[in-house]
Amino acid sequence: MSELHNEVTELERKSATAARLFDIRRIIGGLFAVYGVIVTIAGITASDADLKKAENININLWTGLGMLALGLFFLVWLKLRPTAPPTPDAAE
Amino acid sequence: MLSPTQTLAAGLRLPTNGLDYAILAIYFAVVLGIGFAARRSVKTSLDFFLSGRSLPAWVTGLAFVAANLGATEILGMAATGAQYGVSVVHWYWIGAIPAMVFLGLVMMPFYYRSKVRSVPEYLLQRFDKSAHLLSSILFAFAAILIAGVNLYALSIVVEALLGWPQWLAIVVAGLFVLAYITIGGLSSAIYNEVLQFFVILAALIPLCIIGLKRVGGWGGMTDSLKSAHGDNFLSAWGGTGIGEANPLGANWLTIILGLGFVLSFGYWTTNFAEVQRALSAKNLSAAQRTPLIAAFPKIFIVFLVMIPGMVAAVLVPKIGMAGSGLTYNDAIPYLMQELLPNGVLGIAVTGLLAAFMAGMAANVSSFNTVFTYDIWAKYVKTGKPDAYYLKFGRLITAVGVLASIGTAFIASSFSNIMGYLQTLFSFFNVPMFVVFIIGMFWKRASVKSGVWGLLAGTTAAMVNYFWIYKQGVIDIPTDQGANFVSAIVGFVAGAVVMVVVTLFTAPKPEAELAGLVYGTTAPGLEEPPAEGDDAWYRKPALLGWGAIVLAALCYVPFSL
Repeated sequence: MSELHNEVTELERKSATAARLFDIRRIIGGLFAVYGVIVTIAGITASDADLKKAENININLWTGLGMLALGLFFLVWLKLRPTAPPTPDAAE
Repeated sequence: MLSPTQTLAAGLRLPTNGLDYAILAIYFAVVLGIGFAARRSVKTSLDFFLSGRSLPAWVTGLAFVAANLGATEILGMAATGAQYGVSVVHWYWIGAIPAMVFLGLVMMPFYYRSKVRSVPEYLLQRFDKSAHLLSSILFAFAAILIAGVNLYALSIVVEALLGWPQWLAIVVAGLFVLAYITIGGLSSAIYNEVLQFFVILAALIPLCIIGLKRVGGWGGMTDSLKSAHGDNFLSAWGGTGIGEANPLGANWLTIILGLGFVLSFGYWTTNFAEVQRALSAKNLSAAQRTPLIAAFPKIFIVFLVMIPGMVAAVLVPKIGMAGSGLTYNDAIPYLMQELLPNGVLGIAVTGLLAAFMAGMAANVSSFNTVFTYDIWAKYVKTGKPDAYYLKFGRLITAVGVLASIGTAFIASSFSNIMGYLQTLFSFFNVPMFVVFIIGMFWKRASVKSGVWGLLAGTTAAMVNYFWIYKQGVIDIPTDQGANFVSAIVGFVAGAVVMVVVTLFTAPKPEAELAGLVYGTTAPGLEEPPAEGDDAWYRKPALLGWGAIVLAALCYVPFSL
């Protein structure tokens, strides 16, 4: 048991994930902001056929705005609580 | 107002346009981008296989949900909703939630503190090499099989919805998964799962809203279903008295014990594809919170799959029967085709494809870990430097993806055999849970009892299913009901054999059990709590019991 322990502890010490892995909030925020804009525009320019198909709900508009809000939420969260800067020891 | 079923003459082909394909293309680009961007964080094998045990709890928690939220799950649970109605909630509220909470509150301290890197590695520490090797090999085979089945299912859906030939879908999706996991490792898989979680929500929520409006709201839908299928279709427990007939073919006892206890605990607490997400968390508190954070979305996801299933059952009263041209599995694709305009349709297609790829990636990224750490590094090439295992891990990831592509092609010509194999492997999960629970809570359980418990439980579950049920020795109405009973039989047989073997063989020395078994502590394992982890909303006990109470409350409106 202690052998496994030492091995994993040693690997944890050398691991680079904590120091170098980017923050996923940036990707979620970015992707959903882009999707939000695209789908919202599709909602603004929706045809009558589109509206009729979706039971007269402008679903592109609402989904687009919802996705945009989610994207902005992640970007604002990232801005307010940025990732802790890597400790000098971990950054090579 | 109900739409006639004849509109399906053109099949389920979706009216996708350039806008939808643009949305899909952006997603595929982002998936690859995540893989490349994660590459620079992979320095050791631990980074590649377990993200260096350093991810925050909300990321691992959402990945924990998403790893299970594969498209086979989404389409399958919508199908269950269309076929059995509200009964589908059992798979979530009594099936998943108690098991996830148990994993977080009770089992995770043993898993995480002992620093094992996989579920089989725990068996090696607690029992012996035979239990370890048996579970490692079976897990590796099952993971490739399930990854291949996911890929095959993807190709069927893509062919129906987008008109791509099956082989093209298999190869394209397989190569994307190959690229992003081989390059970025588990971090890349987990990040993509988090992304997929949100995309699939963005796909299912609009579908539920429009679907409900189409059938006259919740009230209109339940009225139609009650008049077509009877009151029990809208009740969780109606008709589940012992001896009563219900479409599920199970009574309250087999639901609670078979599904709720044995099957679900086996799946959620010992399936490495799930547990791996928690083991990659940054500290014990985050590891414990991983399944607990996952429990909350899990409670509500059932509505997002049940509602489309039930809406489809209203719109196509003959769904799943001969002559309708639609199987239960077509519920969600059918609604996408009927209700979603271009734009949201692209999001929905992207969500489904993302879910298929994530389901496959979760299996491949757990397969490569078990194959490298548990099989290769322990029995084939021991004692090599870490860089060797990292390189080997990348190689075996590629081999694993290619093997699942091969499995998908085999599945496309022999789908019966695949179904059979899946049933076979599912019986292995049951004794895994009994061996874990006894191993973790009973110090005396001997070294040899592990492998015998695994073998006895698997055999008993299979004998019950393939002989007693299939040959009609006792009468169980459905496959589903027989599954529940087989699980209980396997659990009991495994437990009895473990106790008997223990009585006749030597226990493991107490010193070697430190930190692995309830009531033991290993010196030096306690880590100081991280800053902020003492906040009330991060207390595992509060989160866990909160999820249990919430799930119980959800049952109330469907039980009165």
